[in-house]
Amino acid sequence: MEYEAVIGLETHVQLKTKSKMWCGCANQYGSEPNTNVCPVCLGMPGVLPVPNEEALRKTVLTGYLLNCEIPRYAKFDRKNYFYPDASKNYQLTQYDKPSTANGFVEFEFAGKGSANGMGKVRITRAHLEEDVGKLTHFDRTSGVDFNRAGVPLLEIVSEPDITGADMAYAYLNALTEILHQGGVSDCDMEKGMVRCDVNISVRPVGTKELGAKIEIKNMNSFSGVRRAAEYEIARQIEVVSKGGKLIQSTRRWDDVAGITEEMRTKENAHDYRYFPEPDMMPLAPTDAWLAEVKALVIELPIARKQRFMRDYQLPAGDAEVFKSNVELGNYFEGLAKQSKNPKAIANWIINNLLAKLSEANKSEADEQAALGIEPANLKLTTLADLKFPPSALLELVNLVEAKTISSSAAQQVFTEMFATGKAPAVIVQEKGLAQVSDTGAIEKFCDEAIAANPAPVADYKAGKIVALNSLKGQVMKLSKGKANPALVGEILERKLRG
Amino acid sequence: MLNQLTISELTAKLAKREVSARAATQACLDQIARVDGKIHAFLSFDAADALAQADAADKRIAAGEKNFLLGVPIAVKDVLAVKNQPLNCASKILGNFTSTYDATVIEKLKAAGAIVFGRLNMDEFAMGSSTENSAFGLTRNPWDLTRIPGGSSGGSAAAVAADECIASLGSDTGGSIRQPAALCGCVGLKPTYGRISRYGLVAFASSLDQIGPFTKDVRDAAILLGTMSGVDPRDSTSVPQPVPDYTKALTGDIRGVKLGLPKEYMIGGLDAEVKAAVDAAVKKYSELGAEIVEISLPHTDYAVATYYIIATAEASANLARFDGIRYGARVEGNDPIELYAKTRGAGFGPEVKRRIILGTYVLSSGYHDAYYLHAQKVRTLIRNDFLKAFEKVDAIVTPTTPTAAFKAGEKSDDPLQMYLSDIFTISCNLAGIPGISVPCGFTKNPKLPIGLQLLGKPFGEESLLKIAHAYEQNSPWQKEKAAI
Repeated sequence: MEYEAVIGLETHVQLKTKSKMWCGCANQYGSEPNTNVCPVCLGMPGVLPVPNEEALRKTVLTGYLLNCEIPRYAKFDRKNYFYPDASKNYQLTQYDKPSTANGFVEFEFAGKGSANGMGKVRITRAHLEEDVGKLTHFDRTSGVDFNRAGVPLLEIVSEPDITGADMAYAYLNALTEILHQGGVSDCDMEKGMVRCDVNISVRPVGTKELGAKIEIKNMNSFSGVRRAAEYEIARQIEVVSKGGKLIQSTRRWDDVAGITEEMRTKENAHDYRYFPEPDMMPLAPTDAWLAEVKALVIELPIARKQRFMRDYQLPAGDAEVFKSNVELGNYFEGLAKQSKNPKAIANWIINNLLAKLSEANKSEADEQAALGIEPANLKLTTLADLKFPPSALLELVNLVEAKTISSSAAQQVFTEMFATGKAPAVIVQEKGLAQVSDTGAIEKFCDEAIAANPAPVADYKAGKIVALNSLKGQVMKLSKGKANPALVGEILERKLRG
Repeated sequence: MLNQLTISELTAKLAKREVSARAATQACLDQIARVDGKIHAFLSFDAADALAQADAADKRIAAGEKNFLLGVPIAVKDVLAVKNQPLNCASKILGNFTSTYDATVIEKLKAAGAIVFGRLNMDEFAMGSSTENSAFGLTRNPWDLTRIPGGSSGGSAAAVAADECIASLGSDTGGSIRQPAALCGCVGLKPTYGRISRYGLVAFASSLDQIGPFTKDVRDAAILLGTMSGVDPRDSTSVPQPVPDYTKALTGDIRGVKLGLPKEYMIGGLDAEVKAAVDAAVKKYSELGAEIVEISLPHTDYAVATYYIIATAEASANLARFDGIRYGARVEGNDPIELYAKTRGAGFGPEVKRRIILGTYVLSSGYHDAYYLHAQKVRTLIRNDFLKAFEKVDAIVTPTTPTAAFKAGEKSDDPLQMYLSDIFTISCNLAGIPGISVPCGFTKNPKLPIGLQLLGKPFGEESLLKIAHAYEQNSPWQKEKAAI
């Protein structure tokens, strides 16, 4: 019998806010342990939570970005469990009345479960909760760092629409790209800003009923999620195809061993005893507030890519670059709107500008590292620091288009304007790079080349057409690269045939 | 005797420089030295700190500063956070915990110039009606030392009744201000839910708790309410309702005011002397020009059961933070679960454990809907009873308690009997409305205070205080002092 996997994801994302969810402490990664804390996030006696407006805004913004409905009534609940990382021994979360519900994410995906090169995963809900502290185990003791306790955390729950490990991977990348570009979260996996649990079941192909849901925890990268899902799907299929029975349970991913191990089964699952948080009023967003949040919604990355391909006739590869790098995409679009040849603009940006920038950044990084500057504090050149204005790039493309300079001369112009910020026209003049289209001058160079190179001349006349390239090269050399290459070819051919 | 003065009397004398804040504070400290060995209202106090605050107040008075509470010694229930003072909630579990911050009400009292001193005894975590559940020994009723002062704010009531302070603060979750005020013969006010910030009040049941004053007369209750009220950015359940000068409402004129008598409150367990005193007070109101109307609060019978589901459910979560990990007493264990079990097993008293277990049970999977959810629905019905009644009347009059103060030990083995002593006060918290208890007489033998409870509309404290004040001005009870 053939089996298929049914997968749903629960993705936790730390919201990008200045302060924590219920208090004014900094929401900041990397501080000394227990320095971003106060009576509220330490769960001192007598304190009360006050919701962070910015976190509420970013939650609803996420809802809009994920095509969700925004209910007019939402609330927080207490999820009760004892653990040393929880300062109150309950976590505040939105249990049955989340701030967003019923959305979807669309993303490029060509594998199993896709349609027309696209994947679609429905979003059950994205609800707001608080992060907990971080435990560190020493030799004989354990420590708790409450810097992270009370950081606003969004839990994004997907429907079980994912059919395999690759689709889970593609979904996660698309989701975090949306949230990152949408300004909701920095989504830095290394800093623990994104965490993901995967629910997997398998069933015989063609059946509707879901198999026992098994939750996998403890993946610390998206590729870890993919590997864990691959492993777990294969494991479950093996169990059921041998006649075994799976039961609802939670398993832990061991990244080093590359396996999942059982943590607990349904029988000893927690009873969280949820009930509405009495220390807070329910949330009832007003029309005006919702309109304010809606105004913050960005164009989704996938929509932007499709628009770039359509409006500027870019190939998918170019559009992908501008999709994943928003700043660069904006830079491109600013110029493309004014250009008759957006593809040429894209080429210059992707092939030349990016290369120059990364070259410059590399040497800057090396220099600053030598001065002992921390990697996080490196000051690197960005698009905003370029010495030339964006219009200079447009001008350069126009010079090539108008055949005023050759493409090889254009490379020299670009190098110069990147280094000095001088206008292309000035560089062309200073360096005498203007292309020669004067036939008289070119004829003279051609005659010289033919006279000095009898071997290729003989080859060409004997029918070896490629020999012309060698002669063309000689002419270009004689003209110091300024001769119009098309004219050179034309004149050479005429002279040799004649 | 300066310690016997009310706030308004003391501030008048201070303003005229007839007395100093230091002298008033010293008088309170002397009274504590004289009587608190018998009463045990205070768990602790820092005399040097109180006198230092008094000296600072005297300097401000000398500099011409005027403020509502400048130089007035006010003592605090051991459930409110006062910076650098112990905070134990009369429990062993907090160990030698000292608060790192001031509750919002404490900030406000300090800003108004009060001398905030002393930690007043209470039932552990405000759970109880007699102060016998304190981990640090019981408090005795100043009117009869064999009897309890009521609870949970028993220390707050006894301290005011015994003139060990000018006024005190307590908290009221199901009657914990009004019931001890009634049993000790002082004025106790529970404001509307949301009127006073709860920031810095260690939560028992978050949706029911309110901070309120214990005072020697209604005017002082009005002064303290005005000082403590108002929206607080640190408590999102506090309400942005303007704060009037409540003393302005105390005109003495209640002609035409409609007072409701709920027929459901004339229960079998109501003591005859208490009933007679309340009847006499109602008659007095009638003489003062109020109209007496019989009303019905049909869901009254369900109040105690509803209360003990909601309050314990919230408490089971609120008290989870006392786990020995971050602060307070700790009993070590081999793993976190063992540490929790040992710490909480040793740290909490039997009534607190009983309520945590009850609350955990009513929220647990499979019982949540039958208990917790059902109780929430009944709570709405109870609130609606009141809102409907208030369409017809301005305030509701009831006894505060079914009996006067009972003997220590009399009910401590029967939790259900103890729970029923709050029968008249509990609905008020479920409905979120304000309530006040004022003295309305004494039993004959022994002589024990009786309290009259007035319940008002949400945020109707002005009218409530006006009605309470008019009665007080026309009755002799407030002037009587316990002989200790």
